[in-house]
Amino acid sequence: MDKRMTADEVAAEIRDGMTIGIGGWGSRRKPMTLVRALLRTDVKDLTVVSYGGPDVGLLAAAGKIRRLVFGFVTLDSVPFDPHFARARQSGAIDVTEYDEGMVAAGLSAAAKRLPFLPIRAGLGSDVVTTNPDLRTVTSPYADGEELLAMPELKLNVALVHLNRADARGNAQYLGPDPYFDDDFALAADRCFVSVERVVNTSELSSAPVQSLLLNRGAVTGVISAPHGAHFTSAAPDYGRDEAFQRHYVASAKDPDAWPSFVDRFLSGDEARYQSEVARFREAAA
Amino acid sequence: MRTARRSESSDMRTDVTRSEVAVVACAELFRDAGEVLASPMGLIPALGAKLARLTFTPDLLLTDGEASLLDADGNVEGWQPFKKVLDVVVPHGKRHVVMGANQIDRFGNQNISAIGAHASPDRQLLGVRGAPGNTVNHRTSYWTPKHSTRVFVDAVDVVSGVGYDNARKAGLAASRFHDVHRVVTNLAVLDFDTPDRSMRVVSVHPGVDVKDVLAATSFPLDTSQATETRLPDAEELRLIREVVDPKATREKEVPA
Repeated sequence: MDKRMTADEVAAEIRDGMTIGIGGWGSRRKPMTLVRALLRTDVKDLTVVSYGGPDVGLLAAAGKIRRLVFGFVTLDSVPFDPHFARARQSGAIDVTEYDEGMVAAGLSAAAKRLPFLPIRAGLGSDVVTTNPDLRTVTSPYADGEELLAMPELKLNVALVHLNRADARGNAQYLGPDPYFDDDFALAADRCFVSVERVVNTSELSSAPVQSLLLNRGAVTGVISAPHGAHFTSAAPDYGRDEAFQRHYVASAKDPDAWPSFVDRFLSGDEARYQSEVARFREAAA
Repeated sequence: MRTARRSESSDMRTDVTRSEVAVVACAELFRDAGEVLASPMGLIPALGAKLARLTFTPDLLLTDGEASLLDADGNVEGWQPFKKVLDVVVPHGKRHVVMGANQIDRFGNQNISAIGAHASPDRQLLGVRGAPGNTVNHRTSYWTPKHSTRVFVDAVDVVSGVGYDNARKAGLAASRFHDVHRVVTNLAVLDFDTPDRSMRVVSVHPGVDVKDVLAATSFPLDTSQATETRLPDAEELRLIREVVDPKATREKEVPA
């Protein structure tokens, strides 16, 4: 089955009020082409689950997020995303804040079709007081420990960006870290995978077999998206575009500067974005 | 030879900077740690962990900040993606993390999430990250480059890292592996080795008065056992300056 589709076709599948999981970690291997496609739609009131980076900042700035489920939002080399900070400080979005390990446990529970997984993380912290719906579970064995029952984090849609895939949806990461992209995929009803390059199945064997993170049974659609993680990293294809990330941060910090960033980089289609980025890089070089 | 070396080393030690004292104090966090993963967040703790491995804790495990474990010679000796960290490394407990703290209180509760009310923060920070899980699973220390009453507060706004009082209140599962070890700052080394597990001064850095530490802390501190933080020895100083941090980036984090 040929599952290739465009980023705009993926975005058209996202409806108001859906719960969307976004793969990657911080400012690393984020499905930015798919995020940018979402920015071009009228969709709103999303619940976003993310190990947050600029995906969260951009979606928050565009008013797409009603609730964020997160453990952190960071741009790694820059600690804070200005848009996320503003969205929080102005009360524009609601949040469900968990420990990083709790997010992993919630995705894992959803992937395993379990209502919860027990976890120690969160106990004693304000994760418990700020999430009054969280419950504990007491071990039925002799130890009797009372642990947090991390509820499953079920997703309507997962968006992830990997390095390679074939047209059928067998998808491969070539960098050092899979992050939680396989959990996001299996926690979701449908998973859309953008990749740097769509290749023949036979070409997937050029890397070790364990790099095949997602098999086609877990993948709904495949999107060819060269530089599709920009400006986050997609090792080994490219690293983070630090100069561009700094430009994003400076623009996001300054409400007067942000409209011109949007106008130049986000008001057109993905091809326009990539060509403007190329021009930006030439000017910086 | 010996005499010449000793006099050279004593010359070197007269100009030891505060940041170098802090690096050694961070290295001391890992003394006797053995074959444990050190996860230092921030520059000075990272330099300290490297120094510890080059000197008195050679078995320490360290990452490259991404998914690889690197040995002291820079060889990749292991694979440790984020998923492995959260799935097994943290819960398994053979780890000592050194985190930063936007706020910390007298029982070692730490905040890196937000300043102000969580529902409508005055200032959004990183989020709780792994702090809740770290603190109830394995040894945790803190590093703060600017010891001040803004950081050392009566009560943190959002409990991210769990302190001794909250761990106790949350029951056995929270306190079983809870182990907040030390707090290292630009002024002092502190720990929680008191009857009620409140913070006390272990040592003040050379040139710092105990009064300075008290003035920079919002809550009372037990200072009865306070000594002076040790200086790096000659070999440690050489390693800091020539091997671990030849570009002296440490001096920017803790100005002399």
